[in-house]
Amino acid sequence: MQIRIQHLEKHYGRYAALRGVDLDIRSGELIALLGPSGSGKTTLLRAIAGLETVDGGRIRFGDRDATTLSVQERRVGFVFQHYALFRHMRVLDNVAFGLDCRPRRDRPARAEIERRALDLLTRVQLADLRDRLPDQLSGGQRQRVALARAMAIDPTVLLLDEPFGALDAKVRVELRRWLREIHDATGYTTVFVTHDQDEALELADRVVVMNAGRIEQIGTPDEIYTQPATPFVFDFVGRSNRLRGRIDQGRFRPDGQTRSWALPEPLADGPAQLFVRPHDLRLDARDDGLDAVVHQVRRRADRHVLSVQVAGQDTPFDLDLPVHADAEVPAPGARLQVGATRYRVFATA
Amino acid sequence: MSAVLDLDTTTNAPPPASRARRVMPGFGLTLGYSVAWLSLIVLIPLAGVFIKTSELGFDGLLRVWTDARVLAALQLSFGTAFVAGAFNALAGTLVAWVLVRYEFPGRRMIDGLIDLPFALPTAVAGIALTALYAGNGWVGQWLTPLGIKVAYAPLGIIVALVFVGLPFVVRTLQPVLAEARVELEEAAATLGATRLQTLRKVLLPTLYPAMLTGFALAFARGVGEYGSVIFIAGNLPRVTEIAPLLIVIKLEEFDYAGATAVAAAMLLLSFVLLFAINLLQAFAARRAGRVR
Repeated sequence: MQIRIQHLEKHYGRYAALRGVDLDIRSGELIALLGPSGSGKTTLLRAIAGLETVDGGRIRFGDRDATTLSVQERRVGFVFQHYALFRHMRVLDNVAFGLDCRPRRDRPARAEIERRALDLLTRVQLADLRDRLPDQLSGGQRQRVALARAMAIDPTVLLLDEPFGALDAKVRVELRRWLREIHDATGYTTVFVTHDQDEALELADRVVVMNAGRIEQIGTPDEIYTQPATPFVFDFVGRSNRLRGRIDQGRFRPDGQTRSWALPEPLADGPAQLFVRPHDLRLDARDDGLDAVVHQVRRRADRHVLSVQVAGQDTPFDLDLPVHADAEVPAPGARLQVGATRYRVFATA
Repeated sequence: MSAVLDLDTTTNAPPPASRARRVMPGFGLTLGYSVAWLSLIVLIPLAGVFIKTSELGFDGLLRVWTDARVLAALQLSFGTAFVAGAFNALAGTLVAWVLVRYEFPGRRMIDGLIDLPFALPTAVAGIALTALYAGNGWVGQWLTPLGIKVAYAPLGIIVALVFVGLPFVVRTLQPVLAEARVELEEAAATLGATRLQTLRKVLLPTLYPAMLTGFALAFARGVGEYGSVIFIAGNLPRVTEIAPLLIVIKLEEFDYAGATAVAAAMLLLSFVLLFAINLLQAFAARRAGRVR
């Protein structure tokens, strides 16, 4: 089902949780809502589900206006971070709950309900545990039951609120891949909320980056990472370094430096900041390198990370050096010239 | 479908209990202390009841226990305590719900008032309730034309027991309701459950164990309640005379063995009933998904 969100507004007292959010979700798409705590991503998800009322704007499911529909009428499959399974019901009864609650006239026979619930449990590989109580399952198993339960009502859209947030790292990665497979097999339009950028980039068709109640950027994972639209996205997604400086005659000159760098795209003169990823920095700079001093060297499994202090800047830079057996790693205190292969410049408001 | 997922079912296995090192030692000491106190405060006095009763001999005991006045008193005490406990289990749950779920002016005040029946001398409660519910009282004058007699009738006893028993249910339910996650109700709603279905299938099953506990506490309190009841009951033998009052009457007649015989009957009945409630409660807790 295609979902269209127009100018959505939500306030809690004087605090604005959503400030005019517009978003089109295509049918069958897997979308990630990514942002820090308080960015409004969960509020947006709950508004789509009907668990929050909105103060302005419209939500459309297909060509139907869903803004004023009740939670029950929207028929969304919602998966909660802490599973929200019914502890007093067997796993099978949890999955069957949505069908059990249908009005008598469109409720399938008991045997049919059980058969469908068991089908879903088989799909999430938990058919063997159908008679267990939720408390007897591990976290990952519980979340799979929750997903099966949400799919049992044949939802218009699947909404997942930090679905892997309560799981440990290994299970989280497994479930992430598995969710992608489930999505591809079922074709449900799916929206999930996360503050984990790896999760968003790896799993989603498109990523919606949110901050302070607004959408900062919507794009494919590649677009979000390589062409961040705003300083916030550059800073929030992936590792980044920031240089303060000025744009002067079409070039960016960092504070405290004499050399300047060309602008990737034209910008008006004035104060500006330059963002660059640690792996886009080079030490083999030609004549436009910035003067810097090595502050610290950290060893990682696959690289060295140099922390360098660029003259005139208040915070040190991180710079990735690939590990080569014969390469010489600069020692702390060494003076360097730092260049960059790829960066973005934003005017400071 | 991916094959990486482990189907590990061994989670939540209890650790071996025997040789586990505890951070807080002292099992022997605390158990010994508990047993010693329990003996001095509870077990020995209770045993005394039975020893004193045994002076009557079997025939004497049977005579007391089959006395119509004693039987009527026991029936009245347990019957009214049961009804009051059941009423409290429902009304108290509602009060607890309102106090936990909603923010409103005066909430803390009302929350504080709940404990008042614990602190108030029960005689004061009895006199106040009698004044209210007597035929010419504030409330009683409206009930009399309807043919409802509260004071000096079994109904009055129930009113008094509801008053003294309410805090037990409210205080038992509050933490459970506070812990009940709103998420569960939201999950039910997204799955299409109506409010009634959510209440019946999701919320109430998690509350039953606590409601039973609250009922048991209110019931036990009601069986033994004396102070508030004797003022409102009228104390007509075989009609509104409760068992604790009968004990006091027998004591005043220096019939100590007879008094303890009634007490012994109350003890045994209470024990059997509370034990049954405990079993039921354990069953309900298991149904509520708390795996031991």
